[in-house]
Amino acid sequence: MSGVLVVMEQRSGAWNRMSFEALAAGQQLAAKLGAECSAAVVGSDPGALATELSSKKLKKAFAVQHALLGIYTSDGYVAALEQLIKEENPDFVLLPHTYQVRDYAPALATRFQQVLISDVIGIRTEDDRADSPIFVRQLLQGKLNADYRHIPPGPCFVSIQAGTFRADAVEDGTAATETFSPRLSPDQIRNKPGEPFRESSHTVDLTAAPVIVSVGRGIGEEGNLPIVEELAKALGAELAASRPICDNGWLPMERQVGSSGQTVSPKLYVAIGISGAIQHLVGMKGSKAVLAINKDENAPIFEIADYGVAGDLFEIVPELTKAIQTAKS
Amino acid sequence: MKIVVAIKQVPERDAPIHIAADGRWIEEGDLNYTINEPDAYALEEALQLKEKQGDAEVVVVSAGPERVQSTLREALAKGADRAIHIECDDLSTRDTLGVAQVLAETIKAESPDLILTGLQSDDLGLGQTGVVLAELLGIPHATIILQVEFSGAGLKVKRELEDGWFQHVEMPLPALLTIQSGGNKLRYATLMGIKKAKTKELKTVLAAEASAAATISMERVYLPEKQKKTEMLTGSPQEIAAKIVEKLKFEVRVI
Ligand SMILES: Cc1cc2nc3c(=O)[nH]c(=O)nc-3n(C[C@H](O)[C@H](O)[C@H](O)COP(=O)(O)OP(=O)(O)OC[C@H]3O[C@@H](n4cnc5c(N)ncnc54)[C@H](O)[C@@H]3O)c2cc1C
Repeated sequence: MSGVLVVMEQRSGAWNRMSFEALAAGQQLAAKLGAECSAAVVGSDPGALATELSSKKLKKAFAVQHALLGIYTSDGYVAALEQLIKEENPDFVLLPHTYQVRDYAPALATRFQQVLISDVIGIRTEDDRADSPIFVRQLLQGKLNADYRHIPPGPCFVSIQAGTFRADAVEDGTAATETFSPRLSPDQIRNKPGEPFRESSHTVDLTAAPVIVSVGRGIGEEGNLPIVEELAKALGAELAASRPICDNGWLPMERQVGSSGQTVSPKLYVAIGISGAIQHLVGMKGSKAVLAINKDENAPIFEIADYGVAGDLFEIVPELTKAIQTAKS
Repeated sequence: MKIVVAIKQVPERDAPIHIAADGRWIEEGDLNYTINEPDAYALEEALQLKEKQGDAEVVVVSAGPERVQSTLREALAKGADRAIHIECDDLSTRDTLGVAQVLAETIKAESPDLILTGLQSDDLGLGQTGVVLAELLGIPHATIILQVEFSGAGLKVKRELEDGWFQHVEMPLPALLTIQSGGNKLRYATLMGIKKAKTKELKTVLAAEASAAATISMERVYLPEKQKKTEMLTGSPQEIAAKIVEKLKFEVRVI
């Protein structure tokens, strides 16, 4: 086939939205390469989803179908996709950078003696090397960017970070649907996954809060939390946190914002001592306004902040609390 | 029961970022190194399993130049039984597959029941070494794990999913797990532990030459471009506070 193959993600017949971002990436990459893009969806009965893809601008929409693929397992997905990729021989395999993809795509790439270029935030091509795109990734938790290239022969495996491409940029068209039936046997599948569950009965709903004050590891220790609690009180804001604060048990997990916590979009999000790792940003970058206070002027949080203070939170935050109290009284 | 924990040494979080002259990495002379944070959680999980299990041995393994020995010593001080340093000065020229091959060779000889790694590294963040290692060793794996229990002849683990969801997974041994932060509280090394660590075995083995050329290459590193125009507020803390209040009143309108 050559060209680009995008592996879409579904659970119980519902798409993972990020799949369409990866699909947009795949279509755009294929256009730059002058090649064609196809897509695949894996499951025990993915026919209806593949049919949905037939209205997209694709060469083919594959339904990778087997009774053993009803519930996700790394073993099942790796074996099935390995067979599809061997048969179709794409130059590039694009996937959304989801937890599921993190779980199986590195093993899938290994089957081809390849390394997944994971969590990509941009794809560029240079005119003189149009066939060798540059994949941009973050290093050091977002402090640096890096350009990666794949060294042929392929296939080249790439996973695309949330929000990098727009799902609504997927081009419509037509695609031929095709069922692909991999050979799988029950003894190949070693893990027994249970049903997904939620833990806390979300008593804190951060999603409704108009103003959020969020605290990160810069706060240093639990005993310093009152500094931000007072600011939150003065602003009438909900208190939220980055993951390390909840990992340490300083605030309950239900106050965590990010990919493994809540996704919020308040009128104002105040990020205090938070570096701005992508897993945090995906949970708050929809905020109408972001104010970041961080002593490191190069902290990635400033890349998405509207207002920034490069300074020590222990000096700034108490003054800010006082000033707000005065302004409100 | 033998548990191997694969540990990476990474630059400290507050490390100064100066891009090296060749544009391919940062100045290493400026850096202090520490254990990769998710790997610290992997070590903690191993030590707690050992405490529950009684007769378990915890072996820590790290590939890299000589400096990684300090991180291995710290792991010994926290309670690991033995350490293996895979000496490899060209680690950064090997891709994930190359690094996993180096680890696989040494770990295979140990025939562990369980291998733990952190879910990703704080420096490169590729998030793949554990999964690739499992694939090379032909053993099952599960990723982003918060809790581990032995159950019958195998394991029952709690896996984090997106948006606050979780899932239990049962799997046979031997197996590999990549550990997420927050499942346990990290311990500190005690003075006693530090003293004891000096008498524990730290073996050095030489990494084999890379068996294949890398399939991906990092060509250049650079500071990210800003996506938004950030208005930086400056002055004394009082002046900054006053400026923020203005913004919140008249632009954001939340006061
Ligand atoms: C699968 C996965 C899921 C994850 N899910 C989430 C998630 O849902 N939410 C989340 O937040 N993270 C999540 N993470 C973790 C994420 O990658 C980061 O590690 C985390 O967000 C970092 O938190 P932080 O910014 O508080 O800490 P750090 O990155 O340590 O940043 C602390 C910041 O404080 C600043 N600082 C220090 N002292 C001061 C001071 N005195 N004054 C001002 N500033 C100061 C520093 O300059 C630094 O920028 C996840 C990671 C993985 C791998």
